[in-house]
Amino acid sequence: MPRVLLIEDDAAVRDGVSLALRRRGHEVTAAASGEDGLDLLPAFRPDIVLLDLMLPGKDGFEVCRRIRADRQLPIIMLTARGDDLDVVLGLEAGADDYIVKPARGEVLEARIRAVLRRTALPADGTAGPAEPGPAPVETYGELAVDRAGLVVTKGGADLPLAPSEMKLLLFLSATPGQVFSRQQLLEHVWEHSYHGDARLVDACVMRLRNKIEDTPRSPRYVQTVRGFGYRFGPL
Amino acid sequence: MKRPRPAGGTRRTLLPRSLPRGLRARLVVAFLLVAAVSALTTAALTYREARTAILQRSQDTAIQDLRGQVNSLAPDLAVPPTREDLEEFARQLDRSGRARDWDVDVRYEGVADHVRSWRRPVDVPEELRESVEKRHVTAFQRVADRNGDPWLLIGMPVLQSQEGNRKASPLSVYAQLPLRAEEANVEALVSAAQNGALPVLALAVVPALLAARGVLRPVRGLRQAAGRIAEGKLETRLEVKGSDELADLSRTFNDMAAKLEESVADLRRMEANARRFAADVSHELRTPLAAMSAVTDVLDEDADALDPDTASAVRLISQETGKLARMVEDLMEVSRFDAGAAALHLDEVDVAETIRKTLQARAWQDRVGTELPDGVRARLDPRRLDVVVANLVGNALHHGGEPVRVLLRAPEPGDGRLVIRIVDSGPGIDPEVLPHVFDRFYKADSARARSEGSGLGLAIAMENVRLHGGTIEAANCPEGGAVFTVELPMPEQGAGGGTEPPEASEAAGEPVDAAERTESGADDGGTRLAKAPADGPRGRGPAAPAGKADQT
Repeated sequence: MPRVLLIEDDAAVRDGVSLALRRRGHEVTAAASGEDGLDLLPAFRPDIVLLDLMLPGKDGFEVCRRIRADRQLPIIMLTARGDDLDVVLGLEAGADDYIVKPARGEVLEARIRAVLRRTALPADGTAGPAEPGPAPVETYGELAVDRAGLVVTKGGADLPLAPSEMKLLLFLSATPGQVFSRQQLLEHVWEHSYHGDARLVDACVMRLRNKIEDTPRSPRYVQTVRGFGYRFGPL
Repeated sequence: MKRPRPAGGTRRTLLPRSLPRGLRARLVVAFLLVAAVSALTTAALTYREARTAILQRSQDTAIQDLRGQVNSLAPDLAVPPTREDLEEFARQLDRSGRARDWDVDVRYEGVADHVRSWRRPVDVPEELRESVEKRHVTAFQRVADRNGDPWLLIGMPVLQSQEGNRKASPLSVYAQLPLRAEEANVEALVSAAQNGALPVLALAVVPALLAARGVLRPVRGLRQAAGRIAEGKLETRLEVKGSDELADLSRTFNDMAAKLEESVADLRRMEANARRFAADVSHELRTPLAAMSAVTDVLDEDADALDPDTASAVRLISQETGKLARMVEDLMEVSRFDAGAAALHLDEVDVAETIRKTLQARAWQDRVGTELPDGVRARLDPRRLDVVVANLVGNALHHGGEPVRVLLRAPEPGDGRLVIRIVDSGPGIDPEVLPHVFDRFYKADSARARSEGSGLGLAIAMENVRLHGGTIEAANCPEGGAVFTVELPMPEQGAGGGTEPPEASEAAGEPVDAAERTESGADDGGTRLAKAPADGPRGRGPAAPAGKADQT
């Protein structure tokens, strides 16, 4: 029963999306403005936030930044694909994914499920059954990755990673040194069915580097392979 | 002054600028001609008059002198004279004419000729002799001696006066005197005219050049201004000086430019308004559609439980909502292209894999045949390529005929073009329709009220190809069926992307600074606007040449 907080100013969209998600077994609370949504957060404790970018008063980017400031829950933006700039800014503000309006109920559902799926798939794309027993914590340089507990530390300090950042790091570090194209990452990490928006990957890599790298401009852990994509290491 | 034009009508390309052609040369030549003609005419008239006057005077005075001398000496001549008398008479005449330097010959009928030899022998022409000795009139003639020097010959019959009436006598006097002095005078005139003509012509060049400059400078200014207008700098104006025709021309030019600027501004404003309106409408439609789209699958799920009529109505609403959503999305896309806000997000992808995924995502992989060689990698915007292929294949499936095939041709080494062909097996495209297939909302079959898609699919495909700097063509195969050919430029790897379209944004895999990225593609409206007129009417760019039906 995932709990969804929907922040959307248009009443019809609010009702329609709420109805669609409830039918699919989600528990939905809707807020008509960013301020209301932020007020509802502590009491409702949602598993995921659906956030419209075009809000009166506090806009979606600001709300996104405010949520990210102290929580690492997944955020999906509702946007128009055309507002290219909005997408980029939203992603940089910390959103994990975005949905283009208008979207069918099944698309909403699929995106929410994808973001909420907590297990990073192995590189071959088959989800293995969860192994019993505590998995060892892998260390790469100063990074320690606890796959089972979904905790990443650097020099002993916990790193607050957003869900998409966490999934990306787990996916890349599962096969250190292997290069993944942005399209591959979109499919495996974001589960976009086809030709998603590579800017999701770029923005997420950038945010991840800002958290795990000593100098984000010359990364050690998440490296760029020009013309191909990204890889983890080699250190 | 008309010169043969170089073949092909090319101006200035075959001849260097330095060759004298054009207005300046023509003006100078015209001036020189006028000056030369006037100088020559003046010289010729002067020469003729002067020559006549000089010769006339010397003739007249010579004849008068001779007559005077003859009149004073002839009465002393014995009649009939002996040869000695005649010689004496001639000597006396000679002496009297010493000043004139003439030579006198005296003839008396019946007395033998060859009395004495001429000092400078000049033949006395027969006609002169006849006039003098038969018709008894004084005659003169200009003759040239063997050296070509001019002489004046005077023949004078001596008349006897008896009892008051004059009658001819057998005596006649011939004199010859050189005209070299007069000739020299005339020659001096000619050379004076000649020597004067050259400086005159040289002087004529100066006003000619000045006049040419006076005409050419405004003309050159006009040409440059017209060029600037053609480049789209409609604010170009000329400085109006004076009140001659050229100033009038400049004024007219300025009026024209002002009118042009005004109308273009009007057109641009109208176009911008229309675009903004389309964008706003699409934008406004999106919100209600977002609400409707979210609940359509609720309708679909529950329709089975409703009574048949309601179920049909509910399914209809659901279905049409989906179409409306797609149409609005396409409209948004088109208005983004129009606003120049469409950005390329290039990525290095395997083209075959990208096309296969496009077909899979729409469950077409079983309906569409493919020839997709592996290993063709290209830098392009995968999302946009997906839209292109999906729209072309969808168009082929709906309006062409199955089987539909998608063919990928790897670029030959050295030929940096990637070719994708979508071939259908339908009846082909009507030649009249062919030039319009990429037009927006163009309905090939007017009887067909509404197509499967939004009517924008091919237009969007074309815009996406163009954004990549490529071309798209529609044609008919000789063996039937339509073929759509997409050609995308493939810059050489590591060549710095010189052929990449200007809208290209960040390099693969390397996110750039946010500040930089916000600029990508959202602000090149200027360049796109400037290009739009060259493309002709929107939606009919060079990508859709009319009547190329001989393609395979």
